[in-house]
Amino acid sequence: MTDLAERVAAPTAKVDQAVRTPGPWRSIAKHTGLILLTLVMLYPVIWMVVSSLRPNEEIFRSPGVIPDSFRFENYSEGWNALSSPFGHYLINSAIVVLGCIIGNLVSCSMAAYAFARLEFRGKKLWFAIMLGTIMLPIHVIIVPQYVMFSQFGWVNTFLPLIVPKLLATDAFFVFLMVQFIRGLPRELDEAARIDGAGHPRIFRQVILPLMLPALATTTIFTFIWTWNDFFSQLIYLTDPEMYTVPVALRSYVDATVSTSWGSMFAMSVVSLLPIFLAFLVGQRFLIKGIATTGIK
Amino acid sequence: MSAIGELQRLNTSTGGPPRKRDTKAALLFLLPWFAGLLLITAGPVAASFVLGFTDYNLIQPPEFNGLENIQRMLTDERLHHSLGVTFTYVFVSVPLQLAAALGLAMLLDRGMRGLAFYRSAFYLPSLLGSSVAIAVLWRQIFGAEGLINQALGYVGIEGTGWISDPDTALSTLIVLNVWTFGAPMVIFLAGLRQIPVMYYEAASIDGAGRWTQFRRITVPLLSPIIFFNLVLQIIHAFQSFTQAFVVSGGTGGPSDSTMFYTLYLYQRGFHSFDMGYASALAWLLLLIIAAFTAVNFWAAKRWVFYDD
Repeated sequence: MTDLAERVAAPTAKVDQAVRTPGPWRSIAKHTGLILLTLVMLYPVIWMVVSSLRPNEEIFRSPGVIPDSFRFENYSEGWNALSSPFGHYLINSAIVVLGCIIGNLVSCSMAAYAFARLEFRGKKLWFAIMLGTIMLPIHVIIVPQYVMFSQFGWVNTFLPLIVPKLLATDAFFVFLMVQFIRGLPRELDEAARIDGAGHPRIFRQVILPLMLPALATTTIFTFIWTWNDFFSQLIYLTDPEMYTVPVALRSYVDATVSTSWGSMFAMSVVSLLPIFLAFLVGQRFLIKGIATTGIK
Repeated sequence: MSAIGELQRLNTSTGGPPRKRDTKAALLFLLPWFAGLLLITAGPVAASFVLGFTDYNLIQPPEFNGLENIQRMLTDERLHHSLGVTFTYVFVSVPLQLAAALGLAMLLDRGMRGLAFYRSAFYLPSLLGSSVAIAVLWRQIFGAEGLINQALGYVGIEGTGWISDPDTALSTLIVLNVWTFGAPMVIFLAGLRQIPVMYYEAASIDGAGRWTQFRRITVPLLSPIIFFNLVLQIIHAFQSFTQAFVVSGGTGGPSDSTMFYTLYLYQRGFHSFDMGYASALAWLLLLIIAAFTAVNFWAAKRWVFYDD
């Protein structure tokens, strides 16, 4: 394959013109197709946003997205439909998310530094175990974990959701940061070491400031995953006071059984808004993050 | 590039010359991770193995019952049914999702106009897809009077209640999973960028058509990434829970048609507090996922091409 490539390496520019550039019609057709597909893909979400402002009967009659009448009461009704105002659940979710972000940033960066820069017995084995836990389904560990946390009296607190993150159990981020640190020049560490810095100092003052992009990627993914996480929040939070957004939304759905879709959509939109904002702000890190580690 | 490539390389790399050990610092930096391994991941995996051989309802202490849970699994028809539902879901939705991801990644040429826009637009559903809100939306869209049937009504077709009909309920969840093709698409895009353009130029000078180029250049050179996406999405799909839970109102209905394995496990463990049996179920899930991953790695030797 390489000698084939060499044979045409010289006239590349010409070949590019002759072979690769499609005609204008083809390009127009392609863009039309892609734009149509984008519309089809995003249509349900757009329709939900519009429907969140419609009276209930209209939701079942209007497949279009041109708003005909506005009913802002959907939002106030949805906001106050459960035992606490929806803001309460937003705050609960925010607490959990914040705890998880701090936990992941601190614990994963420490573990990553050890795997990327330190020499110790059995490093390869531990590293393999760490990679293996990335693929471990949470369902396999949830029962004993629940037993343990319920003996600690932690059910209906946020601790079962946050404490695991403080212990670097989101191995994906450890891996992401290891990859990142490996890409940093070792000469920087050596220079700091010659100046008399120990590992804690090299970590804090040399490596951490340089790995800000990896920390940003971790922050934004932790935010989105924790905000969306339903399984563990459903299991650990059964007291309505402690509900986070997904659990509250789900209890709302079960309680209303399709009588007020408008206000249900309104709260769904509210619950998706932070994700959408995170997406807008952190797109660059998200795309880079999944492209380099393949996380979802 | 990926965690999986890393695993495959582990037993082949020889490492450099021996370096001074930093045992004390390593212990310090790895302390949280070791604690997590012991208490949160590996410990519970072992505990769940032991609990799998007990009868345990959280209130009374666990009682060993030998192989009773395994015998029960062999005759538990709901379990067999939920395995069928889960396998159907995994083996229909993952290939469709990856085909969509690869197809679109190939359509989005290097440097084309609007690339960043399309990439973002296709990626967004991957972020939203696992939320309760989207599951709520799906419940309406595929309901008897939902958006799909309203649209079908315009062209004179009367649709069924997609979610209330046991024959179609699972397919609505498959559609939902395919809808989130954006994440693997971004990974494919990154992979396609690694293939030198001159390979295609050389091939087209030699008269190779688009299909031949795809089969002889794109597929072999992209195969490590296809493999990575395949392994990851299969593992991911086996663990799907939220959508089936919300769409069916927690029941896995209608007629157990959306009874994902994880949903069944949840019901046994956290509704009936049948923790011993749920632990045995959890281990079966682990074995199934491990078996599929192993088969994938084994098959990879035949079709995945490493260019190093």
